[in-house]
Amino acid sequence: MDYSQARWTEDDDRYEPLLSEKSTRDVSTDDGPLPDDLTRDSLELPDLSEPELARHYTRLSQMNYGVESGPFPLGSCTMKYNPSFTEDLAASPAAAAHPDQPERTTQGTLELLARLQDYLGRIGGMDAVSLQPPAGAAGEFAGILVAQAYHAHNGEDRSEVVIPESAHGTNFASAAMAGYDVVSLASDDAGRVDLDALDAAVGEETAALMLTNPNTLGLFERDIEAIADIVHDAGGLLYYDGANLNALLGRARPGDMGFDVMHYNVHKTFATPHGGGGPGAGPIGVTEELAPFLPAPQVAESKSGYEFVDPEHSIGKVHGFYGNWLVLLKAYAYIARLGDAGLADASAKAVLNANYLAEQIDLDIPFGPFHHEFVASAGDRDAADFAKRMLDYGVHPPTTKWPEIVSEALMTEPTEVESKRTLDQLAEAFDAVADEDGETLASAPESTAAGRIDQVGAARDPCLSWQSLADE
Amino acid sequence: MYAWPLASLITSPGTTLHMTEQGSRGTPYAPHTTATTAAMLDAVGVDSEAALFDIPDPVAFDGEFGIPERSEREVRGHVESILGRNDDLTALLGRGHYDHYVPSVVDDLASRSEFLTSYTQYQPEIAQGFLQALFEYQSLLVELTGLGVANCSMYDAATALGEAATLSQRVRSVSGDRVLVPEQLREGKREVLANYAAGPGVTVDTYPMADGNADLDGLAARLDDDVAMVYAENPTVRGTIEEDLGAVGDLADEYDALFCLGTDPVALALLEEPASVGADVVVGDASSLGTGTAYGFGLGLFVTREEYLRQVPGRLVGAAEDASGRRTYTLTLQTREQHIRRERATSNICTNQAWVALRTAMHAAWLGPDGLVDLAESCVTRARDLAARVDEIRGVRAPVHDRYHFREFVAHTDQPAAAIRSDLADEGYAVHAVGEHEIQICVTETTEQAVDDFVETLSEVAR
Repeated sequence: MDYSQARWTEDDDRYEPLLSEKSTRDVSTDDGPLPDDLTRDSLELPDLSEPELARHYTRLSQMNYGVESGPFPLGSCTMKYNPSFTEDLAASPAAAAHPDQPERTTQGTLELLARLQDYLGRIGGMDAVSLQPPAGAAGEFAGILVAQAYHAHNGEDRSEVVIPESAHGTNFASAAMAGYDVVSLASDDAGRVDLDALDAAVGEETAALMLTNPNTLGLFERDIEAIADIVHDAGGLLYYDGANLNALLGRARPGDMGFDVMHYNVHKTFATPHGGGGPGAGPIGVTEELAPFLPAPQVAESKSGYEFVDPEHSIGKVHGFYGNWLVLLKAYAYIARLGDAGLADASAKAVLNANYLAEQIDLDIPFGPFHHEFVASAGDRDAADFAKRMLDYGVHPPTTKWPEIVSEALMTEPTEVESKRTLDQLAEAFDAVADEDGETLASAPESTAAGRIDQVGAARDPCLSWQSLADE
Repeated sequence: MYAWPLASLITSPGTTLHMTEQGSRGTPYAPHTTATTAAMLDAVGVDSEAALFDIPDPVAFDGEFGIPERSEREVRGHVESILGRNDDLTALLGRGHYDHYVPSVVDDLASRSEFLTSYTQYQPEIAQGFLQALFEYQSLLVELTGLGVANCSMYDAATALGEAATLSQRVRSVSGDRVLVPEQLREGKREVLANYAAGPGVTVDTYPMADGNADLDGLAARLDDDVAMVYAENPTVRGTIEEDLGAVGDLADEYDALFCLGTDPVALALLEEPASVGADVVVGDASSLGTGTAYGFGLGLFVTREEYLRQVPGRLVGAAEDASGRRTYTLTLQTREQHIRRERATSNICTNQAWVALRTAMHAAWLGPDGLVDLAESCVTRARDLAARVDEIRGVRAPVHDRYHFREFVAHTDQPAAAIRSDLADEGYAVHAVGEHEIQICVTETTEQAVDDFVETLSEVAR
């Protein structure tokens, strides 16, 4: 593929100018309805017409790359196509209710939330679901708080959460935010949980083990039953990180594997758009034993309709209102579109695509059998340089340099949305880059709006606003 | 090639339509045909998709979810009919979630797929557009607050407040064991804050309010050296404008506690600049610009002093140079974040609300400084004028607090507030019931046209 991203430049020192460089105006707040001592003096902001703004943001969009632009095999991120019709549903005026309306006037919203709770419970094999956490990491935090409340209710004060080395960084941070000490667990030679190490790591201080399955190498933790036994025998709980659930739809459920609490990343598995970093949603599912501790409120169906109910020993709220409602709405629409067969097929095709792509590229892939993603090694190349050069072929590169168990890792997740033809092109990009010399890689990219960016320099001398730029 | 849209057109048997191994059409969002699937399986060296799954039998799932497949048209009908069960109310509601008119151009530009379907900008060279928009969003908040560092979003006002409390623990010379919040505060905020604060061992305590503003004597009495942070809101949850925020800042300062101020970008365009009243952190919901009401879906703004830069939670966009020597933008200071610092990160946040921030920046830019100040002033005058009209209704006294108000105010009702709220809902209006005899009413440009009818209806139900 040949590719060239739009590049708008102005002068030799900048691309599209900042709003503040186009036109600003300083407006006084005198003569308003408030006395002067309650108001600011003035406000200086960009002052542009709508046509100017439309052009500004259109140009910015042209200097950006999304799933609809081209392949986006970013490992661990599940960059699926986001069906357009779900956007239309989210824009429906009926979706714009205020959260403080009387429950009897928002029966539609509540019914949709109740149905999504139900669907997610079935998909994860969980007994109860809370939709409130607004992102995956927020789900982890809520799930760990639920585990903490459960232990406290049983009169136990456990201080540790065990997490495999190769886990997502959020796992460690979420456990620490809940006040736990983190016990890090090394993998075995095959890239999975080392049962002996696990046995040694868990004990009476273990509140939970957080696990991703398939793990970040794409490997299914085949010893999951033994893992669950070890953790449960020590009185701990098993937490499922749902980041890789797209590998398992209709084939296996966390609830059946012995997990007590899990989060779903609906912006990954259920195709809601990532929006340049968010919003997502991170509902959590739990077993019956943990249901009384879920965030408040949950939606329940009663004789008179749908209503909010507070779980008996709820941890309280983890979001100011009811979570990222518009995202939840899109996720429901996606699940309702695909149904059982579509969901299972999505996982089947995601796993097929990863395996097919891996088969087509010449790089070493040390661990397998993998599912929806694989981790290739860039070998003696710098994985970051390798990725930059891939941009020149019109594809978004894989996640780089992680997990660290693979040297110069290229963590690759094509998802089900790519065709054989696109995967062949993607493989060509991998192989072409692998054949190029180090200098070409180090000076890449050249086809993107901007050339290689000096991130080290940016961190050394942070400049985080146009005000700060003006001071320089 | 693209199986699903064609499916309804092709009726002859034996076509290469994509079918799953279970004989269903499968996901409409995978481009595979029977032929390409077979070729791919062949290349991998297996004879079925099932053979690719390395799942031990005891944990394999062979049941059904019981979720039917539906066509796109059917799902739209299904979801629209569910949402249709919402009553079409005029919501005179606020208390942290507000409705302002969002111009079409925001929807149009923000929906461009290069923005909407993109990921976090880990490859900045191909993501300059979004990075610049976030840099502009950060700059907008710096201008509005007078503080030096804005991050590019938290989930909502409540979680941003929670993050402020944990930040106070990290930047304070001695760790405290309490944060102080107003006794009148949205319950959700208090609960979220308590959950965030519990990890570092901090509890949430309250200080009293006096006629809708912070009670300075009461606050002083609650303060000691163990208080890590004092939180105040402007406007407050009851819609009043704080009249001596500088004194709150001074009190916090006296005890080396951080002063965290909760507000929103519309209010910031008019009310005292946070930096000028000694605020160390500013949090709040920024989606009041750009999104409108969406059942609590929001955007947490987070701004703080430059000296706390290394302790800021969430993503930051900074200016950088590229190989051509031009100014570009990149995520920066990532060593604060979970994917690098893990359990020592400043926060666990990864996915944020970037796209909502994009919308907020677009809306603010569309309004410009005149439009934003006008909008903010209208929030004062609309609340003032409606309160005056409501005050004339027999059985109602408004506003309860002898203060200036922003968007909303509390009214005393002779009748029980719950009954009034319920009766109003029957007539197509929603207000808050915030006390046994107190209702709260919010008005913006999106509900102003309903005000005449509302006042008449309220006068009927409030007697």
